[in-house]
Amino acid sequence: MINKKVKSVTEAVNGVKDGMTFMLGGFGLCGIPENCIQQLVKLNIKDLTCISNNAGVDDFGLGLLLQKHQIRKMISSYVGENDEFERQMLSRELDVELIPQGTLAERCRAAQAGIPAFYTPAGYGTEVADGKETREFNGKHYVLEHAFKADFAFVKAWKGDEAGNIIFKGTARNFNPVMCGAAKTTVVEVEELVPAGSLEPNQIHVPGIFVQRIFEGAKYEKRIEQRTVRKKS
Amino acid sequence: MGLSKEQIAQRIAKEVKDGYYVNLGIGIPTLVANYVRDDISVEFQSENGVLGMGPFPFEGEEDADIINAGKQTITTLPGASFFDSALSFGMIRGQHVDLTILGAMEVAQNGDIANWKIPGKMVKGMGGAMDLVSSAENIIVAMMHTNRAGESKLLRECSLPLTGVGCVKKIVTNLAVLEVTREGFLLLERAPGVSVDDIKAVTEGNLLVSDEVPEMQV
Repeated sequence: MINKKVKSVTEAVNGVKDGMTFMLGGFGLCGIPENCIQQLVKLNIKDLTCISNNAGVDDFGLGLLLQKHQIRKMISSYVGENDEFERQMLSRELDVELIPQGTLAERCRAAQAGIPAFYTPAGYGTEVADGKETREFNGKHYVLEHAFKADFAFVKAWKGDEAGNIIFKGTARNFNPVMCGAAKTTVVEVEELVPAGSLEPNQIHVPGIFVQRIFEGAKYEKRIEQRTVRKKS
Repeated sequence: MGLSKEQIAQRIAKEVKDGYYVNLGIGIPTLVANYVRDDISVEFQSENGVLGMGPFPFEGEEDADIINAGKQTITTLPGASFFDSALSFGMIRGQHVDLTILGAMEVAQNGDIANWKIPGKMVKGMGGAMDLVSSAENIIVAMMHTNRAGESKLLRECSLPLTGVGCVKKIVTNLAVLEVTREGFLLLERAPGVSVDDIKAVTEGNLLVSDEVPEMQV
């Protein structure tokens, strides 16, 4: 067993610097690496480029990094629900690249899987395709999109073992698995870290080979963005 | 005039067939799930990574780890599955999803759709809309026939930045059911109490009308 366990979030994010590009898992506030984000806020590193489907809300998730003006550029598919984000975007303090959600996922997966670029139909004929190579296959048009390059991927999983094998829960999976191994260093935080051999190999979602560092998060708030319920009749 | 948003959803629900996997967009499309016949088998996909979405949870049973693409807490039904975002969009681009229902700001008579950006306003992003419209074979747009200013949303050409080209097949508005054809919008059905002339008056794009246009059954 190759041990990927690190003792703390401090050790987990060791090596992060100003100007780096990070991938961060999560969809809305679901499945975000809460502990890593808090540590990045504490370290106060600046000029970051963040690849993340969303940008959090004002006082949680990536919104915490935005509040302290640590992010220079966001690469996302949807950035609503965040007033500070809107203010920084309109005042041009923040650079924003909006890309289709499936393209975002596939650009991560391509980086993980060693594929430099791929063709997708998403965005053909729209401003997303401006300046990009397009090609026709079987009578349909496609846009060439490139794999991301990133320094760190910050991933949140449900359970993991010391070998870096991880399992996700529900829709907190989202972009997390495709970011594993898509950056130079992949840091995974889990709700429960167990010794190697405790997880059933058939149930592993991402094998530890894609993970460099794993730790158990000290605390999870797991905030719900839209609490929708029905009454018991 | 015409249908309420719930009635638009009710009419679209008739397009959902037994054995369909369906992706519902945010807004009117979300309501469609409430009106699908319960004697057919349908699974709803949400692009954040779930197939077999169920209703909202009972109070106190919400799970922060189980949400839909609108970030709302949901439940799952027997037979449900979870997956990552790349696989989710693989389902979509690979045309494994049978029907996509989404809202729009504008639709052109050639099937172009605009629903993500208004120049000069805060742009929130396209989310999964561009992937969905570029791939799905069967796209139904649910929208009001006119915008807040009373202007037609069914146009010769879209004026807003496009989400996708030549992709919309059918449109259900508060006034009509229309099909996108080579020659323009073919009027299939009228909302109860709405005349062909009423529809003509608020359809900027080319409208094709046959001798008899039946009233919608809602």
